[in-house]
Amino acid sequence: MSALIEIRGLTKRFGAFTAVDHISFSVARGEVLGFLGPNGAGKSTTMKMLAGFMTPTSGSARIAGHDVQGDAVAARRELGFLPEGAPVYPDMTVIGFLRFTARVRGFHGGEAHDRVEQALSLATLEGVRHLPVETLSKGFKRRVGLAQALLHDPPVLVLDEPTDGLDPNQKYEVRTLISRMAPDKAIIISTHILEEVEAMCSRAIIIAAGRVVADGVPDELARRHPSGKLEEMFRAITQKPAEAA
Amino acid sequence: MHAILSIARRELGGYFATPVAFVFIVIFLVLQGTLTFSLGGFFERDQADLLPFFQFLPWVFVLLVPAITMRLWAEERRLGTIELLLTLPLTQAQAVIGKFLAAWAFTVIALALTFPFVITVNLLGHPDNGMIAAGYIGAVLVAGAFLAVGAAVSALTKSQVIAFVIGVALCFLFAASAFPVVTDFLSHNLPVLATIARKVSIVDRFQSFVRGLITLRDVIYFASFILFWLVTNTVILEHRKAD
Repeated sequence: MSALIEIRGLTKRFGAFTAVDHISFSVARGEVLGFLGPNGAGKSTTMKMLAGFMTPTSGSARIAGHDVQGDAVAARRELGFLPEGAPVYPDMTVIGFLRFTARVRGFHGGEAHDRVEQALSLATLEGVRHLPVETLSKGFKRRVGLAQALLHDPPVLVLDEPTDGLDPNQKYEVRTLISRMAPDKAIIISTHILEEVEAMCSRAIIIAAGRVVADGVPDELARRHPSGKLEEMFRAITQKPAEAA
Repeated sequence: MHAILSIARRELGGYFATPVAFVFIVIFLVLQGTLTFSLGGFFERDQADLLPFFQFLPWVFVLLVPAITMRLWAEERRLGTIELLLTLPLTQAQAVIGKFLAAWAFTVIALALTFPFVITVNLLGHPDNGMIAAGYIGAVLVAGAFLAVGAAVSALTKSQVIAFVIGVALCFLFAASAFPVVTDFLSHNLPVLATIARKVSIVDRFQSFVRGLITLRDVIYFASFILFWLVTNTVILEHRKAD
């Protein structure tokens, strides 16, 4: 089976600074990829390029076979994207916002209604459906962003810190949700919470200073460090960017 | 098309979700009323027409239209929702057109609420309503032209204040470019620009609508002016969306 996400030599420079430096990897259906790295390592930049929002300096990315630059609209149809910080229009109600994304995605009438209801239920937002987003807590806002990404049941999910700001119960729910969807989708999740990676990711990529410094099954990556802990392994390889590069 | 309309609908709803719409409409009607009846000498002229009303309209638009467009892109940028919007399955041109149409629909609503002027002048005399209709069509086109300029400027920055100030300055430039002050200065110094300045003046074009004259040339002028700025808006967005 060909990979649903293919990234080849993706590079982004801001002036003299190279934020992402020739990153290549692919993610197949059924894989949940944990995308790890210290702040400023280039995680969000990579995800922005994958979503077609930021234009890469060089390299390419494909979603379900569609180039995210050359065939952007087709690529985005197959993509559910939760941007960094989960931005949502503050003056809209939860249901109004989800209806808007459903309409933009071309759903009408009964189907749009069903999609919105399903997304509300997946993200457990039924209780706040008529509240304006600006009145919601951080955790609820994040779930609205998540609901928006899941609404069209896309084969590819790119989620930038989906559990940031959630309480332990909500984190657990989101992890369960992601694990449940995993068999049918290719999913990339960026996170700082390493237990989360061990709990739900089938693979982890660690980047530092814009380069991939480790790629493998989380357990196996953890064993690379004498302590056998992913956290120690993460610290060991990301704190020596000069050596890694 | 459904993408453009969804964007336009959301955006238009956004105007009415906050007090912006009501503040704008009230200020617009008060300004137009004051200018028409006092400075314009509506009653003293003893003429059954809306010339004083249309005379001030472009200048009120110069000041108020950038207030409608300033938030269009600057606010998306500030909130980060631009990243969400532009990763939905639509082209940037569709997003630009959708937002422009919403702003245009909003100004048409504001203009429609000036209907008491039309009723007043019809009660007091027998005006040429065809001429008034032509004036309104011209007003809608002038608003469209300024909106297109303002929207493109809004895509440049995340500050609504900057978007507003630059928007007013640019709209003023296009409104006043045929004024003797401007053209005299230009014909002394840069004669080529003087001819261009006279040609691009929005107020000059608007005057023929107000006199009841709708020519294909003027309509094409406004259409290409709006198109030019929508394309500029799309280009700015393409290059600066992720900054």
